[in-house]
Amino acid sequence: MSTIAFAGAAQFAAVGYVAGGLPWVAIALLTGLLNARHLLYSASLAPWLREVPRRRRAVMAHLLTDEAYALTIAHFRRLGWADTRGYWIAAIAVTFIPWNLATLAGVLLGGQIPDPSRFGIDIIFPAAMVGLAVGLITGRREIVAALSGAAIAVVVALGTSASIGIIVGGVVGPFLGLLVPARAAKEVAPLGTEASAARYSMPGAHYEADGTAGEANDRPAGDEPDR
Amino acid sequence: MSTNLVWLALLMFAVTYPSRALGLLAPAMDRLPKVVLDYLQLVGPAVLAALAAVAVMVTTEEGGSPTFHVGVEWLALFLCLGLVAWRKNLFLGLAGAVIVVVVARNLGLA
Repeated sequence: MSTIAFAGAAQFAAVGYVAGGLPWVAIALLTGLLNARHLLYSASLAPWLREVPRRRRAVMAHLLTDEAYALTIAHFRRLGWADTRGYWIAAIAVTFIPWNLATLAGVLLGGQIPDPSRFGIDIIFPAAMVGLAVGLITGRREIVAALSGAAIAVVVALGTSASIGIIVGGVVGPFLGLLVPARAAKEVAPLGTEASAARYSMPGAHYEADGTAGEANDRPAGDEPDR
Repeated sequence: MSTNLVWLALLMFAVTYPSRALGLLAPAMDRLPKVVLDYLQLVGPAVLAALAAVAVMVTTEEGGSPTFHVGVEWLALFLCLGLVAWRKNLFLGLAGAVIVVVVARNLGLA
């Protein structure tokens, strides 16, 4: 399941559904709902990856997870161009391989751990999400989007379900972020600019003085740093 | 391992892949207006924050409805947030969050 479905939250949920004897159709529907947020991720990455061949994008899609998205979009935005190697590293080396190895380790050794919660394993996922979100915040728009997205998600989740809450928060939060006027956004080192590249400099990454970085064709349309 | 679960995994793939692929493969996605691109730039912080908030603030008992949860996980999350913002180091943030939770739970505080 970790290789074929490769969807952490859905896999955790599926374990409970299977144990609870839920019909497969219901499990499929709930999985689809839980993973609908990936549509936002893929739409968000699309402008960056438009030069990548279609077949490769089809493979990339299977490897798109919360973690891969967060690492990749932060990497792309800091550089100001689409470093596809960064995507493969985030999706395969950092996520796919460790996830499958950890799954195997859990199958083989999990029964010997009496109470995993005592080791704080359950806090790693939300803490990682918060930490990765911090890396994407460069101004007030992002702050408003993140805070409102979180608040809306919690309120909606309490009234419906966690899956729906996350999707609604993820859809509505950015709308509220856009309400912050560009002149009031207070961008610090706007992403995709020389200041951003200098601030977040990475090995092998450079930003030319004329505003180009890497392959110019990889730059997404309309992604001028004007905020 | 039951082979039935392989079929379930395939079914889960079938319902997950379209949402992952639609944005990346739909032809019009690379010609979006600027306001849409601006919106999509904000998707990351919003979804990641939503995932984290729901994970620590909403709990659902088996067969029950979601309830609001207050616990040491909040403190761990804020500590992680502060450390990452301050030191620009995710590993440090994760380590801090885990330590807070482990200490609190082993002392019986959570």
